[in-house]
Amino acid sequence: MSEPILVVDRLAGRIAGQQVVEDVSFEVPATGVTALLGRNGVGKTSTIKSILGLIDRTGEVRLAGTRIDRLPTHRIVQRGVGYVPEDREVFGALTVAENLRLAERDARPRRELVEQLFPDLVQRRAQRAGTLSGGQQQMVSLARALVNENRILLVDEPTKGLAPKLVDEVAAALAAAAKTVPILLVEQNLHVIRKLADRVVVLSGGRVVFTGAATELLDDEDRIRRYLGVHDAADAVENTGTLEETR
Amino acid sequence: MSTLLLLVITGLGLGALYFLVASGLSLIYGLMGVLNFAHGSFLTISAFLGWEVGRRVSDGTWWGLAISALVGIAVGAIVAALTEYLLIRRLYERHIEQALVTVGLSLATVALFEGIWGTDPIYTEKPDWLGQTTEILGAKIPNDRFLLIACALLVLGGIVLFLRRTRYGLIIRAGVENRSMVTALGIDVRRSFTLVFAIGGAAAGLGGVLASVYYGYVSAHLGSTLLIFAFIVTVIGGLGSLTGAAIASVLVAVLQQFANFYLGGTGDLVVVVALAAVLLVRPRGLMGKVA
Repeated sequence: MSEPILVVDRLAGRIAGQQVVEDVSFEVPATGVTALLGRNGVGKTSTIKSILGLIDRTGEVRLAGTRIDRLPTHRIVQRGVGYVPEDREVFGALTVAENLRLAERDARPRRELVEQLFPDLVQRRAQRAGTLSGGQQQMVSLARALVNENRILLVDEPTKGLAPKLVDEVAAALAAAAKTVPILLVEQNLHVIRKLADRVVVLSGGRVVFTGAATELLDDEDRIRRYLGVHDAADAVENTGTLEETR
Repeated sequence: MSTLLLLVITGLGLGALYFLVASGLSLIYGLMGVLNFAHGSFLTISAFLGWEVGRRVSDGTWWGLAISALVGIAVGAIVAALTEYLLIRRLYERHIEQALVTVGLSLATVALFEGIWGTDPIYTEKPDWLGQTTEILGAKIPNDRFLLIACALLVLGGIVLFLRRTRYGLIIRAGVENRSMVTALGIDVRRSFTLVFAIGGAAAGLGGVLASVYYGYVSAHLGSTLLIFAFIVTVIGGLGSLTGAAIASVLVAVLQQFANFYLGGTGDLVVVVALAAVLLVRPRGLMGKVA
């Protein structure tokens, strides 16, 4: 197996003095999708933010063997870490085109790829991002990460709050992106995880409690119930059920 | 009719002065969340140095005034950028310390200016035309108001163009909305902090030179007097909104002129009442973001 693209070692994170990530260690392989799972509030989003330096953190983070945990956020991103935040966080007062232009940091941004993946955004270039639907805003958020050549994408709950049709569109875009770049994906929708993830890392109580192949977890109802709090696990995986809501 | 016109145009002139100070305050707060109490000091030092250089080159002429304005703009930009770089940069997200440092700087610089230039106002010369009036529909409008209005419009247009047409402008507009997300796109947003301070300082510097034309003197307290009204304008317009600052500058100054004329010199009081009313009815100001 090739060297992992991202190594997280004894990562701890704090928000306003409160410990939100305790002692997290895991690796992300250089290919495919690794899903970061866990019940609500276990620190998945905080783990992503800690990796990016968006919150105070200690511990080691290595990108392709080089430590990045002492760098400020913008330098980490410049090294090829794309970020799709929870709740999209598009700049509502800027147009779609301006949102994308702001994100372009490569000399040759991949505009054609973005236009190919999200044709709807081409027609809405001049529209203010704040007036887009939730699904369209998610497209903008994903497009901002995909417009650059990244070494890894950190994608935080991309299907949250979306209608089933849009969930499939987002999943398709992520599947296309995963062919060219490894993805660390925080996702609640087990159906999407089944579709996309090769490996899973499960957090509980601020620590990693399971690491392995996605099928190893998804085929084991008992584990799903214990780690993710899903009671009707088979139904949740086969349909579009999300963690917690299928209890 | 002529009185109304006179009050409106003199109000616009005063509003122009408020805007030159408030535009920087508003941008700085919008992007960095810094309430910069030292902003008035940028204005005062620019007014003094602009006057010092202008009078040596050609006192009381257009040429001298143009040199004063250029010096004022440069001094304001440099002093503001240095303030951000040396003092504020270490204190982002530490709002109490920021306020203490900028208030302290404001008080210390007033004492410094008094030590250098004395405590009394120093009366300045201006080109003859600026001391005259122009009659419009029976109202005799002081000519310096036209200069103030024209300069404020140029500054407003310049800042708007900068914000809309340049990459830094794009970063600033995005940063006003969500600073940490700008950083998460790989952009060193702190670089634009210094730039915004410099732009705000340049506008205040020009405001300082124009204030000396408007009032006819320079003094160590020029900045602090205008800063109070600039803060009121910034709050009424909505913290962080340049358009709001422009609209509120005009509203506050015109209201002040009318109250001074019709309500026995109560302009300042009426402005404070207007501020209280806006804070009660619409706490985010005319164009501010919802908290």
